[in-house]
Amino acid sequence: MAEQAPLLDVRNLKMHFPIRRGLLRRVVGRVQAVDDVSFSIRPGETLSLVGESGCGKTTIGRCLVRVYKPSGGEILFNPPDSQPVDLARLKRNAVKPWRKSIQMVFQDPMSSLNPRMNVLQIVGEPLLVNGIAKGKEIEDRVAMLLRKVGLSPDYMRRYPHAFSGGQRQRIGIARALSVNPSLVVADEAVSALDVSVQAQILNLMQDLQQELNLTYLFVAHNLSVVRYISDRVAVMYVGKLVELTDTKRLFTTPKHPYTEALLANVPKPDPRLRSQRIVLQGEVADPANPPSGCYFHPRCQYARDRCKIERPALREVAPGHSVACHFAEELTLRGVVAA
Amino acid sequence: MDDILLEVQNLRTHFMLDEGVVKAVDGADIQVRHGRTLAIVGESGCGKSVMARSILQIVPQPGRIVDGRIVFHLPETDARKRETIVITDLDPNSPRMRAIRGRDISMIFQEPMSSLSPVHTIGSQVAENFRLHWPVSKKEARDVTIEMLRKVGIPRAEQRFDAYPHQLSGGMRQRAMIAMALICQPSLLIADEPTTALDVTTQAQILELMQQLQQELGMAIVIITHDLGVVAEIADDVAVMYLGEVVEQAPVDDIFHNPQHPYTRALLRSVPRLEGETHERLDTIPGAVPHPFARPVACRFHPRCRERLIHRLAMCKEEAPSLLPIGSDHLVRCWLHQATIESANDRTREPLRVD
Repeated sequence: MAEQAPLLDVRNLKMHFPIRRGLLRRVVGRVQAVDDVSFSIRPGETLSLVGESGCGKTTIGRCLVRVYKPSGGEILFNPPDSQPVDLARLKRNAVKPWRKSIQMVFQDPMSSLNPRMNVLQIVGEPLLVNGIAKGKEIEDRVAMLLRKVGLSPDYMRRYPHAFSGGQRQRIGIARALSVNPSLVVADEAVSALDVSVQAQILNLMQDLQQELNLTYLFVAHNLSVVRYISDRVAVMYVGKLVELTDTKRLFTTPKHPYTEALLANVPKPDPRLRSQRIVLQGEVADPANPPSGCYFHPRCQYARDRCKIERPALREVAPGHSVACHFAEELTLRGVVAA
Repeated sequence: MDDILLEVQNLRTHFMLDEGVVKAVDGADIQVRHGRTLAIVGESGCGKSVMARSILQIVPQPGRIVDGRIVFHLPETDARKRETIVITDLDPNSPRMRAIRGRDISMIFQEPMSSLSPVHTIGSQVAENFRLHWPVSKKEARDVTIEMLRKVGIPRAEQRFDAYPHQLSGGMRQRAMIAMALICQPSLLIADEPTTALDVTTQAQILELMQQLQQELGMAIVIITHDLGVVAEIADDVAVMYLGEVVEQAPVDDIFHNPQHPYTRALLRSVPRLEGETHERLDTIPGAVPHPFARPVACRFHPRCRERLIHRLAMCKEEAPSLLPIGSDHLVRCWLHQATIESANDRTREPLRVD
């Protein structure tokens, strides 16, 4: 693939939340939800952020749409038809014109749709707010969007409760697409769905990506889903990136012990593969009080003395393959064997 | 049949709502064998959780078991003889039923935070179940509890006895739930989506713990899940449910390598796999699970069934198939197989009519 200018370039992003205690709400500590994370997304590609709860993947998504103002770092956004901009530093009201370029699809399709608004209002609101369309034109646009996501425009005047989980997720996608975004942040967009419906939504998202030339940041914890949708995958552990490479390489030849453990721990839908489990001991580290050295060392079966003291930086061990592990070159780790 | 622990026969659990009757479980049969793990799988709304709650007679209002039998064959132990109890004949609030709950059959739930009391310590909640069923002093109960907490892998069990649920992580809370469920050494553990709310690495720990405790204590497990990966990891036998019925029951290897019901096959095809290819399309099941008030008649899967169209069976929309054996342990509810079983009956194969 020819090197294209990235659509989004995240550099040293930090998001620290203060912990306040007592009557005066004094700051007694910090949760380093996202700590020094850098990655870029090329136009038209899908980058997935994976990791367990509390690793900061959702926080990154929220920083990109500026629900949170990052504590540090840069979010360089470079849409095709305008000048690049650093979203991390913009003031709240200066972000508004960019909001329609980066849209979000949420996890829970029930709580992310207003139960008192009908589909026309839900999908039409971004059009109205951004002054893209008004009056009768909104209705036409909404009808077109609904058709695009596989819903009948006849349902336009129904309320969210009348739809199934998969249909509601389609409505959420139609709403996100209504303002022609260039980047869609999908935060666990298929996690709450049943498998048969999950497959439908994944296929829909891939079709829409091709048709509308969308770029996705796909935040997920389910690695099997990630394999189908992403071009590249970033694995996070306690606020830091530990591995970033293209999907196939990550799955077949992981270089970070945490990635290996994650892959080995996904329950495989085949009883004949049962014995291949590596059960990780211990629990995910507390981001308010992380361990010394490499954050993963207390759970890592390959850890050595150096890992307890020195924190490994994310470095490129092969072209397009970055890993944050001192021993990435030495370790032979087990990936997924291609079927 | 000596090794059967629990039989559910033609169970119907309905919810009487103002808008109508929701037939959450509608004619379901399962069999659980001693010391084995049965997984009940299906998508949301198939009735798997209501089935689990029916076994313990804890169906929430306005739900009611309207038909069917649940027979529990209590195994012989040192203290008592083998006994057969028809659970459906017992009053849900009777002392007899309450003696079974928590002692002979116990249950763990999906969300450990909402099923533990936030204002009582972990230890007191686990010990409560033990003291309810056995006449022991507080001190003895405490010792047994600490022993159990240790067994489920909670480090520093003496101190954790006095911890509150919010002080523990999700995985530790689920371990505490398991300790509570197993403290009376039940012969059947019902686990309703026990790992759904957990991360993959924690999920693997909990699944391993359940298997290890099963070997140690010899109980049977009924695990309710929608995750076919979890099923493949832990189950011996599998029952697949769709809209309140069991459509297929078989040993785990048969379900994954020789599935016979079109729904089971479609479900397996739609599961994303780690060995997949990027941008590959997943197979889907057309349509969605029907609304509870608009259930299809005859075979409940027929509007979404691709194989019906291929094999041109007209029977599927006319009459409900029954759950019939096609092998020694393999049961299927599908006209496709009944057509071969009753091949003499030509009525089942008709030219395709387009409607």
